[in-house]
Amino acid sequence: MKIAITTTAPQLQAQLDPRFGRCAYLLVVDSETMEFQAYPNPAINAPGGAGIKMAKFVSDLKPDAVISGDFGPNAAEALRSANLAMYLFGESQSVQDVIERFKTGKLTRF
Amino acid sequence: MTNRDSLKIAVASGKGGTGKTTVATALALSLAEDTSKPILFLDCDVEAPNAHLFLKPQFREEKPVEILIPEVNEELCTYCGKCAEVCQFQAIAVLSQRVLVFPQLCHGCGSCTMICPTNAIHETPKTIGVLQKGTAGEIEFARGVMDIGEPMAVPIIRQLKKWVAPLKPKITIVDSPPGTSCPVVESIRGSDFLLLVTEPTPFGLHDLKLAYQVAKELQIPAGVVINRENGVYEELDEFCAQVNLPVLMRIPFQRVIAEGIAKGENLLNILPEMSEDFQNTMDVIKTLVKKGK
Repeated sequence: MKIAITTTAPQLQAQLDPRFGRCAYLLVVDSETMEFQAYPNPAINAPGGAGIKMAKFVSDLKPDAVISGDFGPNAAEALRSANLAMYLFGESQSVQDVIERFKTGKLTRF
Repeated sequence: MTNRDSLKIAVASGKGGTGKTTVATALALSLAEDTSKPILFLDCDVEAPNAHLFLKPQFREEKPVEILIPEVNEELCTYCGKCAEVCQFQAIAVLSQRVLVFPQLCHGCGSCTMICPTNAIHETPKTIGVLQKGTAGEIEFARGVMDIGEPMAVPIIRQLKKWVAPLKPKITIVDSPPGTSCPVVESIRGSDFLLLVTEPTPFGLHDLKLAYQVAKELQIPAGVVINRENGVYEELDEFCAQVNLPVLMRIPFQRVIAEGIAKGENLLNILPEMSEDFQNTMDVIKTLVKKGK
Protein backbone atom coordinates (compact mmCIF):
# COMPACT_ATOMS: atom_id res chain seq x y z
CA MET A 1 0.00 0.00 0.00
CA LYS A 2 1.05 3.59 -0.63
CA ILE A 3 1.09 5.56 2.63
CA ALA A 4 1.62 9.33 2.78
CA ILE A 5 3.24 10.56 6.01
CA THR A 6 4.20 14.09 7.07
CA THR A 7 7.84 14.38 8.18
CA THR A 8 10.41 17.02 9.04
CA ALA A 9 13.07 15.76 6.61
CA PRO A 10 13.18 13.80 3.33
CA GLN A 11 14.41 10.49 4.85
CA LEU A 12 12.92 7.37 6.38
CA GLN A 13 14.80 8.19 9.60
CA ALA A 14 13.21 11.64 9.74
CA GLN A 15 11.13 12.82 12.66
CA LEU A 16 7.38 12.93 12.12
CA ASP A 17 5.88 16.36 11.47
CA PRO A 18 2.68 16.85 13.49
CA ARG A 19 1.36 19.49 11.08
CA PHE A 20 -0.40 18.58 7.86
CA GLY A 21 -0.75 21.83 5.90
CA ARG A 22 2.57 23.24 7.10
CA CYS A 23 4.61 20.03 7.29
CA ALA A 24 8.16 20.21 5.93
CA TYR A 25 8.03 17.04 3.80
CA LEU A 26 5.64 14.42 2.63
CA LEU A 27 6.94 10.85 2.41
CA VAL A 28 5.01 8.42 0.28
CA VAL A 29 6.08 5.00 1.50
CA ASP A 30 5.37 1.55 0.09
CA SER A 31 4.34 -0.33 3.22
CA GLU A 32 5.65 -3.66 1.95
CA THR A 33 9.05 -2.74 0.53
CA MET A 34 9.63 0.48 2.50
CA GLU A 35 10.61 2.17 -0.74
CA PHE A 36 9.69 5.82 -0.63
CA GLN A 37 9.47 9.13 -2.44
CA ALA A 38 9.97 12.41 -0.56
CA TYR A 39 8.26 15.63 -1.62
CA PRO A 40 8.91 19.07 -0.14
CA ASN A 41 5.63 20.69 0.92
CA PRO A 42 4.53 23.00 -1.94
CA ALA A 43 2.25 24.91 0.44
CA ILE A 44 4.75 25.64 3.18
CA ASN A 45 4.91 29.37 2.45
CA ALA A 46 1.29 29.86 1.39
CA PRO A 47 -0.17 32.91 3.17
CA GLY A 48 -3.38 30.99 3.77
CA GLY A 49 -5.16 27.80 2.75
CA ALA A 50 -2.01 25.69 3.14
CA GLY A 51 -4.05 22.69 4.27
CA ILE A 52 -6.19 22.81 1.14
CA LYS A 53 -3.19 23.17 -1.15
CA MET A 54 -1.47 20.26 0.57
CA ALA A 55 -4.65 18.15 0.37
CA LYS A 56 -4.79 18.74 -3.35
CA PHE A 57 -1.11 17.82 -3.69
CA VAL A 58 -1.57 14.62 -1.68
CA SER A 59 -4.71 13.56 -3.50
CA ASP A 60 -2.92 13.88 -6.86
CA LEU A 61 -0.35 11.35 -5.58
CA LYS A 62 -3.23 8.92 -4.96
CA PRO A 63 -1.99 7.22 -1.78
CA ASP A 64 -4.12 4.65 0.04
CA ALA A 65 -3.90 6.55 3.33
CA VAL A 66 -2.65 9.86 4.72
CA ILE A 67 -1.06 9.97 8.18
CA SER A 68 -0.24 13.11 10.15
CA GLY A 69 -0.39 14.52 13.69
CA ASP A 70 -3.67 16.30 13.02
CA PHE A 71 -5.77 17.71 10.19
CA GLY A 72 -7.31 21.19 10.06
CA PRO A 73 -11.00 21.52 9.17
CA ASN A 74 -10.39 22.72 5.59
CA ALA A 75 -7.73 20.11 4.87
CA ALA A 76 -9.95 17.38 6.32
CA GLU A 77 -12.91 18.47 4.19
CA ALA A 78 -10.74 18.46 1.06
CA LEU A 79 -9.17 15.05 1.82
CA ARG A 80 -12.56 13.58 2.66
CA SER A 81 -14.01 14.73 -0.64
CA ALA A 82 -11.07 13.09 -2.39
CA ASN A 83 -12.01 9.88 -0.54
CA LEU A 84 -8.65 9.66 1.19
CA ALA A 85 -8.43 7.79 4.49
CA MET A 86 -6.87 9.94 7.23
CA TYR A 87 -5.07 8.55 10.28
CA LEU A 88 -3.37 10.16 13.28
CA PHE A 89 0.15 8.94 14.08
CA GLY A 90 -0.40 9.53 17.80
CA GLU A 91 2.48 8.23 19.89
CA SER A 92 4.45 6.84 16.95
CA GLN A 93 8.12 7.85 17.04
CA SER A 94 9.32 7.10 13.51
CA VAL A 95 8.18 6.39 9.98
CA GLN A 96 8.94 2.71 10.56
CA ASP A 97 6.85 2.78 13.71
CA VAL A 98 3.93 4.49 11.91
CA ILE A 99 3.92 1.91 9.12
CA GLU A 100 4.06 -0.92 11.67
CA ARG A 101 1.11 0.50 13.62
CA PHE A 102 -0.81 1.18 10.44
CA LYS A 103 -0.42 -2.44 9.29
CA THR A 104 -1.56 -3.80 12.62
CA GLY A 105 -4.55 -1.46 12.75
CA LYS A 106 -3.30 0.47 15.79
CA LEU A 107 -3.63 3.99 14.36
CA THR A 108 -6.67 6.14 15.10
CA ARG A 109 -8.80 6.93 12.08
CA PHE A 110 -9.40 10.66 11.77
CA MET B 1 -6.99 62.27 -1.08
CA THR B 2 -5.34 65.28 -2.64
CA ASN B 3 -8.37 67.57 -2.49
CA ARG B 4 -6.91 70.76 -1.00
CA ASP B 5 -9.85 71.84 1.12
CA SER B 6 -10.33 68.49 2.77
CA LEU B 7 -8.09 66.79 5.28
CA LYS B 8 -8.03 63.15 6.23
CA ILE B 9 -6.22 62.07 9.38
CA ALA B 10 -5.82 58.42 10.27
CA VAL B 11 -5.08 57.30 13.81
CA ALA B 12 -3.10 54.07 14.07
CA SER B 13 -0.71 52.48 16.54
CA GLY B 14 0.73 49.11 15.78
CA LYS B 15 0.21 47.85 19.32
CA GLY B 16 -3.38 47.51 20.44
CA GLY B 17 -4.65 49.28 23.54
CA THR B 18 -2.36 52.31 23.30
CA GLY B 19 -5.27 54.75 23.07
CA LYS B 20 -6.11 55.09 19.36
CA THR B 21 -9.81 55.47 19.95
CA THR B 22 -9.28 57.74 22.97
CA VAL B 23 -7.14 60.06 20.86
CA ALA B 24 -9.25 59.84 17.70
CA THR B 25 -12.53 60.60 19.48
CA ALA B 26 -11.00 63.43 21.53
CA LEU B 27 -9.50 64.95 18.38
CA ALA B 28 -12.87 64.78 16.61
CA LEU B 29 -14.69 66.35 19.57
CA SER B 30 -12.17 69.17 19.93
CA LEU B 31 -12.54 69.99 16.22
CA ALA B 32 -16.32 69.77 16.38
CA GLU B 33 -16.32 72.77 18.70
CA ASP B 34 -15.86 74.80 15.52
CA THR B 35 -19.13 73.85 13.80
CA SER B 36 -18.28 75.61 10.55
CA LYS B 37 -16.18 72.63 9.48
CA PRO B 38 -18.15 69.42 9.03
CA ILE B 39 -16.31 66.45 10.53
CA LEU B 40 -16.63 62.82 9.63
CA PHE B 41 -15.53 60.13 12.05
CA LEU B 42 -14.85 56.73 10.51
CA ASP B 43 -14.47 53.73 12.79
CA CYS B 44 -12.52 51.34 10.55
CA ASP B 45 -11.73 48.86 13.33
CA VAL B 46 -14.48 46.66 11.97
CA GLU B 47 -13.43 43.59 13.97
CA ALA B 48 -14.00 45.40 17.25
CA PRO B 49 -15.42 48.88 16.66
CA ASN B 50 -15.63 50.87 19.89
CA ALA B 51 -15.59 54.58 19.05
CA HIS B 52 -19.38 54.64 19.47
CA LEU B 53 -18.84 54.10 23.21
CA PHE B 54 -17.26 57.55 23.45
CA LEU B 55 -19.08 59.52 20.75
CA LYS B 56 -22.51 57.92 21.33
CA PRO B 57 -23.86 58.37 17.80
CA GLN B 58 -27.44 57.87 16.65
CA PHE B 59 -27.40 55.53 13.66
CA ARG B 60 -29.91 56.35 10.93
CA GLU B 61 -28.76 54.31 7.96
CA GLU B 62 -27.55 50.79 7.49
CA LYS B 63 -26.22 48.79 4.57
CA PRO B 64 -25.10 45.16 4.46
CA VAL B 65 -21.61 44.39 3.16
CA GLU B 66 -21.58 41.62 0.62
CA ILE B 67 -18.85 39.91 -1.30
CA LEU B 68 -19.35 37.65 -4.30
CA ILE B 69 -18.60 33.99 -3.71
CA PRO B 70 -18.32 31.42 -6.50
CA GLU B 71 -20.97 28.77 -6.92
CA VAL B 72 -20.15 25.82 -9.16
CA ASN B 73 -22.59 24.03 -11.41
CA GLU B 74 -21.08 20.54 -11.43
CA GLU B 75 -23.13 19.56 -14.47
CA LEU B 76 -21.11 22.00 -16.57
CA CYS B 77 -17.81 21.49 -14.74
CA THR B 78 -15.11 19.43 -16.46
CA TYR B 79 -12.82 19.45 -13.37
CA CYS B 80 -10.06 21.08 -15.40
CA GLY B 81 -8.82 22.83 -12.24
CA LYS B 82 -8.20 26.25 -13.84
CA CYS B 83 -10.29 27.96 -11.15
CA ALA B 84 -8.16 26.46 -8.37
CA GLU B 85 -4.95 27.40 -10.18
CA VAL B 86 -5.92 31.05 -10.55
CA CYS B 87 -7.10 31.43 -6.94
CA GLN B 88 -4.39 33.03 -4.78
CA PHE B 89 -6.12 32.03 -1.55
CA GLN B 90 -6.98 28.33 -2.10
CA ALA B 91 -10.65 29.28 -1.74
CA ILE B 92 -11.59 26.84 -4.47
CA ALA B 93 -10.13 23.36 -4.87
CA VAL B 94 -10.67 20.62 -7.43
CA LEU B 95 -10.12 17.15 -6.01
CA SER B 96 -10.88 14.01 -8.00
CA GLN B 97 -14.14 14.97 -9.68
CA ARG B 98 -15.28 17.34 -6.98
CA VAL B 99 -15.06 21.11 -6.60
CA LEU B 100 -14.87 22.55 -3.11
CA VAL B 101 -15.47 26.21 -2.31
CA PHE B 102 -14.20 27.65 0.98
CA PRO B 103 -16.22 30.88 1.30
CA GLN B 104 -14.21 32.14 4.29
CA LEU B 105 -11.00 32.15 2.30
CA CYS B 106 -12.58 33.85 -0.73
CA HIS B 107 -11.64 37.50 -1.34
CA GLY B 108 -14.40 37.89 -3.93
CA CYS B 109 -12.06 38.81 -6.79
CA GLY B 110 -14.03 36.91 -9.45
CA SER B 111 -11.00 35.37 -11.19
CA CYS B 112 -12.36 31.81 -11.01
CA THR B 113 -15.61 32.86 -12.67
CA MET B 114 -13.73 34.65 -15.44
CA ILE B 115 -11.31 31.85 -16.18
CA CYS B 116 -13.80 28.96 -16.20
CA PRO B 117 -13.85 27.65 -19.83
CA THR B 118 -17.31 26.10 -19.52
CA ASN B 119 -19.05 28.90 -17.59
CA ALA B 120 -19.75 26.50 -14.77
CA ILE B 121 -19.14 29.17 -12.12
CA HIS B 122 -21.41 32.05 -11.23
CA GLU B 123 -21.17 34.39 -8.28
CA THR B 124 -23.62 34.73 -5.44
CA PRO B 125 -23.53 37.44 -2.78
CA LYS B 126 -22.61 36.57 0.78
CA THR B 127 -23.10 39.01 3.66
CA ILE B 128 -19.99 39.46 5.82
CA GLY B 129 -20.88 42.57 7.82
CA VAL B 130 -22.81 45.81 7.98
CA LEU B 131 -22.12 49.53 7.51
CA GLN B 132 -23.82 52.09 9.77
CA LYS B 133 -24.09 55.85 9.45
CA GLY B 134 -25.45 58.53 11.74
CA THR B 135 -24.51 61.58 13.75
CA ALA B 136 -22.93 62.24 17.12
CA GLY B 137 -23.74 65.88 17.87
CA GLU B 138 -22.02 67.86 15.12
CA ILE B 139 -19.98 64.88 14.00
CA GLU B 140 -20.97 62.63 11.13
CA PHE B 141 -20.24 59.12 12.34
CA ALA B 142 -19.88 55.95 10.27
CA ARG B 143 -18.53 52.53 10.99
CA GLY B 144 -18.30 48.99 9.68
CA VAL B 145 -19.09 45.96 11.78
CA MET B 146 -17.87 42.53 10.74
CA ASP B 147 -20.15 39.55 11.32
CA ILE B 148 -18.98 37.12 13.99
CA GLY B 149 -17.01 34.25 12.48
CA GLU B 150 -16.05 36.17 9.35
CA PRO B 151 -12.30 36.51 8.81
CA MET B 152 -11.99 39.30 6.23
CA ALA B 153 -12.05 42.93 7.29
CA VAL B 154 -10.64 44.57 4.17
CA PRO B 155 -13.78 44.40 1.96
CA ILE B 156 -15.80 45.96 4.79
CA ILE B 157 -13.34 48.82 5.24
CA ARG B 158 -13.14 49.38 1.49
CA GLN B 159 -16.93 49.52 1.16
CA LEU B 160 -17.20 51.78 4.22
CA LYS B 161 -14.84 54.32 2.65
CA LYS B 162 -16.75 54.20 -0.62
CA TRP B 163 -20.12 54.55 1.14
CA VAL B 164 -19.17 57.77 2.94
CA ALA B 165 -17.27 59.36 0.03
CA PRO B 166 -20.30 61.42 -1.15
CA LEU B 167 -20.44 63.17 2.26
CA LYS B 168 -17.41 65.27 1.24
CA PRO B 169 -16.42 66.31 4.78
CA LYS B 170 -13.83 69.03 5.44
CA ILE B 171 -12.10 66.85 7.98
CA THR B 172 -12.13 63.07 8.27
CA ILE B 173 -10.80 61.25 11.33
CA VAL B 174 -10.13 57.56 10.72
CA ASP B 175 -9.89 55.25 13.70
CA SER B 176 -7.85 52.37 12.31
CA PRO B 177 -7.53 48.81 13.61
CA PRO B 178 -4.43 47.80 15.60
CA GLY B 179 -1.53 46.05 13.92
CA THR B 180 0.11 46.72 10.57
CA SER B 181 -1.61 44.17 8.34
CA CYS B 182 -3.98 44.56 5.38
CA PRO B 183 -6.95 46.05 7.31
CA VAL B 184 -4.67 48.80 8.67
CA VAL B 185 -3.22 49.54 5.25
CA GLU B 186 -6.72 49.73 3.76
CA SER B 187 -7.89 52.04 6.59
CA ILE B 188 -5.06 54.54 6.29
CA ARG B 189 -4.60 54.42 2.52
CA GLY B 190 -5.43 57.83 1.04
CA SER B 191 -4.97 59.71 4.32
CA ASP B 192 -3.09 63.01 4.40
CA PHE B 193 -1.61 62.38 7.81
CA LEU B 194 -1.02 59.47 10.11
CA LEU B 195 -1.24 60.00 13.85
CA LEU B 196 0.59 57.18 15.59
CA VAL B 197 -0.47 56.63 19.18
CA THR B 198 2.06 54.80 21.29
CA GLU B 199 2.85 54.07 24.91
CA PRO B 200 6.26 54.34 26.58
CA THR B 201 6.89 50.59 26.82
CA PRO B 202 9.22 48.31 24.82
CA PHE B 203 6.17 46.69 23.24
CA GLY B 204 4.70 50.08 22.31
CA LEU B 205 8.01 51.17 20.78
CA HIS B 206 8.49 47.89 18.90
CA ASP B 207 5.11 48.24 17.21
CA LEU B 208 5.56 51.97 16.65
CA LYS B 209 8.60 51.10 14.56
CA LEU B 210 6.47 48.74 12.46
CA ALA B 211 3.70 51.32 12.08
CA TYR B 212 6.27 53.92 11.07
CA GLN B 213 7.46 51.57 8.31
CA VAL B 214 3.91 51.39 6.99
CA ALA B 215 3.65 55.20 6.94
CA LYS B 216 6.95 55.38 5.08
CA GLU B 217 5.90 52.73 2.59
CA LEU B 218 2.59 54.51 1.89
CA GLN B 219 4.36 57.90 1.88
CA ILE B 220 2.02 59.42 4.43
CA PRO B 221 3.51 62.08 6.73
CA ALA B 222 3.24 60.97 10.34
CA GLY B 223 3.50 62.21 13.91
CA VAL B 224 3.38 60.59 17.33
CA VAL B 225 1.16 60.87 20.37
CA ILE B 226 2.72 59.37 23.49
CA ASN B 227 -0.08 58.18 25.73
CA ARG B 228 0.14 57.21 29.42
CA GLU B 229 3.49 58.96 29.76
CA ASN B 230 4.91 58.24 33.17
CA GLY B 231 8.46 59.51 33.58
CA VAL B 232 11.05 59.30 30.84
CA TYR B 233 11.46 56.47 28.34
CA GLU B 234 14.50 57.58 26.42
CA GLU B 235 14.48 54.90 23.74
CA LEU B 236 11.11 56.13 22.48
CA ASP B 237 12.17 59.77 22.09
CA GLU B 238 15.47 58.66 20.61
CA PHE B 239 13.71 56.61 17.95
CA CYS B 240 11.36 59.48 17.06
CA ALA B 241 14.26 61.92 16.76
CA GLN B 242 16.31 59.46 14.76
CA VAL B 243 13.67 58.92 12.06
CA ASN B 244 12.37 62.49 12.19
CA LEU B 245 9.00 61.57 13.58
CA PRO B 246 7.63 64.60 15.45
CA VAL B 247 6.13 63.99 18.89
CA LEU B 248 2.97 66.07 18.68
CA MET B 249 1.44 65.37 22.04
CA ARG B 250 2.12 63.72 25.38
CA ILE B 251 -0.80 62.52 27.46
CA PRO B 252 0.27 61.91 31.07
CA PHE B 253 -0.54 58.73 32.92
CA GLN B 254 -3.39 59.67 35.25
CA ARG B 255 -5.73 57.47 37.19
CA VAL B 256 -8.62 59.87 36.56
CA ILE B 257 -8.32 59.24 32.79
CA ALA B 258 -8.39 55.47 33.19
CA GLU B 259 -11.39 55.67 35.50
CA GLY B 260 -13.30 57.94 33.11
CA ILE B 261 -12.53 55.83 30.01
CA ALA B 262 -13.62 52.71 31.88
CA LYS B 263 -16.98 54.39 32.43
CA GLY B 264 -17.28 55.27 28.74
CA GLU B 265 -16.49 58.95 29.12
CA ASN B 266 -14.46 60.60 26.39
CA LEU B 267 -11.13 62.20 27.20
CA LEU B 268 -12.38 65.77 26.79
CA ASN B 269 -15.18 65.13 29.25
CA ILE B 270 -12.62 63.92 31.76
CA LEU B 271 -10.07 66.69 31.14
CA PRO B 272 -11.82 69.55 29.24
CA GLU B 273 -8.60 71.61 29.26
CA MET B 274 -7.08 69.09 26.82
CA SER B 275 -9.33 70.38 24.05
CA GLU B 276 -6.86 73.17 23.41
CA ASP B 277 -3.96 70.69 23.18
CA PHE B 278 -5.82 68.76 20.52
CA GLN B 279 -6.65 71.93 18.58
CA ASN B 280 -2.98 72.95 18.72
CA THR B 281 -1.96 69.50 17.56
CA MET B 282 -4.37 69.89 14.66
CA ASP B 283 -2.69 73.17 13.69
CA VAL B 284 0.70 71.46 13.69
CA ILE B 285 -0.70 68.60 11.60
CA LYS B 286 -2.06 71.09 9.04
CA THR B 287 1.37 72.73 8.79
CA LEU B 288 3.09 69.37 8.37
CA VAL B 289 0.61 68.30 5.67
CA LYS B 290 1.13 71.56 3.80
CA LYS B 291 4.89 71.14 4.03
CA GLY B 292 4.62 67.60 2.71
CA LYS B 293 2.76 68.68 -0.43
